[in-house]
Amino acid sequence: MTTIDTSPRAKWRWGVIDLVVVVFALIPVLWIVSLSFKTTSTLTDGNFIPRELTFDNYRTIFATDQFVRALINSIGIALIATFVAVLLGMLAAYAISRLNFPGKQALVGVSLLIAMFPQVSLISPLFDIERRLGLFDTWPGLILPYITFALPLAIYTLSAFFKQIPWDLEKAAKMDGATQGEAFRKVIAPLAAPGVFTTAILVFIFCWNDFLFAISLTSTEQARTVPAALAFFTGESQFEDPTGAISAAAVVITVPIILFVLFFQRRIVSGLTSGAVKG
Amino acid sequence: MADIVLDHVSKSYPDGTVAVEEVDLEIADGEFIILVGPSGCGKSTTLNMIAGLEDITSGELRIDGQRVNDKAPKDRDIAMVFQSYALYPNMTVGENMAFPLRLAKLDKAVIRQKVDEAARVLELTDYLDRKPANLSGGQRQRVAMGRAIVRNPKAFLMDEPLSNLDAKLRVQMRTQVSRLQKQLGTTTVYVTHDQTEAMTLGDRVVVMRGGVVQQVGDPQVLYDSPVNLFVAGFIGSPAMNFLPARLEESVLRTALGDLPLNDRLRGLLSRRDSPRQLILGARPEHFEDAALLDDATRARGAQFEASVDVVESMGSDKYVYLAVSGDRAVSRDLEELAADAGAGDVGTDGGLVTRLSVESRAREGATARVWLDLDKVHLFDPETGSTLTVDQRPSTPVPG
Amino acid sequence: MSEGARAERRLGWLLCAPAVIVMVAVAGYPIVYSAWLSLLRYDLKFPERREFVGLSNYAVVLSDNYWWTAFGVTMLITVVSVAIELALGMGLALVMHRTLVGRGLVRTSALIPYGIVTVVAAFSWRFAWTPGTGYLANLVAPDGAPLTERAGALAIIILAEVWKTTPFMALLLLAGLALVPDDLLKAASVDGANAWQRFVRVMLPVMKPAILVAVLFRTLDAFRVFDNIYVLTQGANETSSVSMLTYNNLIRGLNLGIGSTMSVLIFITVAIIAFVFVKLFGTAAPGSGAEGRR
Repeated sequence: MTTIDTSPRAKWRWGVIDLVVVVFALIPVLWIVSLSFKTTSTLTDGNFIPRELTFDNYRTIFATDQFVRALINSIGIALIATFVAVLLGMLAAYAISRLNFPGKQALVGVSLLIAMFPQVSLISPLFDIERRLGLFDTWPGLILPYITFALPLAIYTLSAFFKQIPWDLEKAAKMDGATQGEAFRKVIAPLAAPGVFTTAILVFIFCWNDFLFAISLTSTEQARTVPAALAFFTGESQFEDPTGAISAAAVVITVPIILFVLFFQRRIVSGLTSGAVKG
Repeated sequence: MADIVLDHVSKSYPDGTVAVEEVDLEIADGEFIILVGPSGCGKSTTLNMIAGLEDITSGELRIDGQRVNDKAPKDRDIAMVFQSYALYPNMTVGENMAFPLRLAKLDKAVIRQKVDEAARVLELTDYLDRKPANLSGGQRQRVAMGRAIVRNPKAFLMDEPLSNLDAKLRVQMRTQVSRLQKQLGTTTVYVTHDQTEAMTLGDRVVVMRGGVVQQVGDPQVLYDSPVNLFVAGFIGSPAMNFLPARLEESVLRTALGDLPLNDRLRGLLSRRDSPRQLILGARPEHFEDAALLDDATRARGAQFEASVDVVESMGSDKYVYLAVSGDRAVSRDLEELAADAGAGDVGTDGGLVTRLSVESRAREGATARVWLDLDKVHLFDPETGSTLTVDQRPSTPVPG
Repeated sequence: MSEGARAERRLGWLLCAPAVIVMVAVAGYPIVYSAWLSLLRYDLKFPERREFVGLSNYAVVLSDNYWWTAFGVTMLITVVSVAIELALGMGLALVMHRTLVGRGLVRTSALIPYGIVTVVAAFSWRFAWTPGTGYLANLVAPDGAPLTERAGALAIIILAEVWKTTPFMALLLLAGLALVPDDLLKAASVDGANAWQRFVRVMLPVMKPAILVAVLFRTLDAFRVFDNIYVLTQGANETSSVSMLTYNNLIRGLNLGIGSTMSVLIFITVAIIAFVFVKLFGTAAPGSGAEGRR
């Protein structure tokens, strides 16, 4: 292993191992895609590859208000929560990585605590509080807990990125005649942008993925997101067999994630590991 | 172009530490001044205060006769070169150099012409479209210089600009910096911890230690007449030798033997209430192989015998390391210097470093007869560290 | 204190204030409130009977079989899935670190399970094991319905957990792997260590901090297991986790008092787990002043 073996045999061996990894990662995804294209009659044949292809399932879900509404909720809530969490996270991360002030360590500790927090512990008080404040089953009712739980992630990842920025440049820009604002806009912002963008992706994935808050703090289509709606397709559905519809809906909310992963693989990896390991 | 005046400038931090204490300095228009000292001596803080990157706790800073304590860096019209170069990685070389001009909202054509001019002077014309990441260390350093000179500021501030270069390049760039400064005639404040840079570059050198200015002066004056042990040990390479000495009736009792007090020393010592216990300082070049001297010269100094530890022949002369028994000189100043140099370098643990002429026959393991020029030795008070052999003056007056 | 330092301090607080306010309002206050609720008899079906009952909710929960079953299930899922993930994750990290071909492809596909919505993956596994529909249904036994029996269901829940989170584990380990200097491995092999010895004696010790952080993260995360169970079994056949049980009491049973008691108990358990990791194993919590230590 010390001198890297690049013989064809070694390459073949790695190729096989790689293939196992790829198959292991992709099978459940391909399966749900396959199900989503199956016709009602072939849905229960147990075949991995569909024998007949149809778009019926997609047509059905986009024709129902239930799904379209949930999709709009999912997108809207995740986008707003991401925007706010990254914005607040940026302010705090800048302070943590750049300024000296008492309470900094405490803030880092508290946000770590929240990141590790069992979310279910918040369900009961939030359920009660939100019902009283009229936030239950509304967008803000979900956006607020999403922001809260995404903030630690945002603060960590952003501080890790901000610490890598050579801050001498800010001084240099000031010496070159820039105001504080110009130094930020013209020098620091372009350097910070990739980190902010990466953080936004991670936070979006987090919000997009949530299920517990979504089913606990909503009761109607008004704010229910797709993951929660999927769970309700099963019970009280107007479809005979919701499998096809669920699969199609599942594929629809998986596509954006796959695209993120395909295009920003490197960034997601650096974002995930910088926040967690470097400290 | 302008003069810079520091009037009792101090900097202290909330936790009570004092970084810079009462610095009084008048930098003349066009002067090249060096702030030198070990790390943590306050030289960079002083520079940052001139730049406006750090607040001044008390005192006044005047540029061109105007108080600028409360002015933002951008309103002081001074340029700075950073140790890390601080090149904007998202901009090309040309854009980096144009940045201050763009901020000053200059005309595009004027910017173009000024950048081209600066690039020509610094031989960067071929690299204008490259990103800093694709440049060598020396080229980056030149871009940093280019960004400073391009807008023709009142003063240059340089914070250890050469310390990231390798030894050979550093010597080349040193000459270039010096030439450039003379060409432009711009007031320059240059921070370094390297005493060679301090000696070779500056019109005047400011030696700092623990936030306090020790001595200000012409490099030669600092070398010849250091006001205290710290300056004596810091300036010069190899460093000055220090030996404990005891003042007896008319001799200095040292590990080298009893050194007679000549008229110069007697005169200087009698002028004040000198302590009995002293530290003697002697630079390596003030020793010589006794065999090579005529009688008249010999009479000016003292001779002693010592065993030769190591001989390093430099071609032009020889460094001869002599083993000398006895205690080493002890003083707070020397301890500080030793700590900064990584211990042991100063005072050469009981040994002496001498620079003898190439004709010397001194051989390793043998005994050599060595002469010391008593006209050139320094005597210091071990308690205060201050010199007893130079007229005590806090600083030399500003030239001109 | 100088004006600059005071200003810096003010600015620091000012910048952190929005984040702190949100976290205190949406996490801090509710957790305190939930501790209060746990001391009440508070059933939304009978709101008029709300009253302070001290610790009696705790007595009820802690003497309840359902709670302890769920607790056991949660522990089982946590321990088994984290153990498997650690082994697989280490393997995956080595593959991502060392593979000669298709490194980008491997990394990209490994990220897909991380990114996918847990509920979607859970449905995929559910349909896969559903008799008639799924390609895996007859894998173990013909005509079997593994999701309807306890052992099978738990195994599938663990499978789903492992599939979803192994990549995350692998990425954290990969970052630790990158810290092992190549020269160290070379030196070890010159000193006569074989591949296994190099892995155990050289790589693992250097990676220990990264491994501990990864395991801590995943353990706390696994302890919250909910989504997979909800979709795969709805908690039937004694496969409820503590989160599932709490959810059922709160949202389905509308019993805020008992639900909150469970919330507090889960919170305490998680705190104990974290404490054990930090104190016993010396896990350096990220950002806990361990700056510069790598």
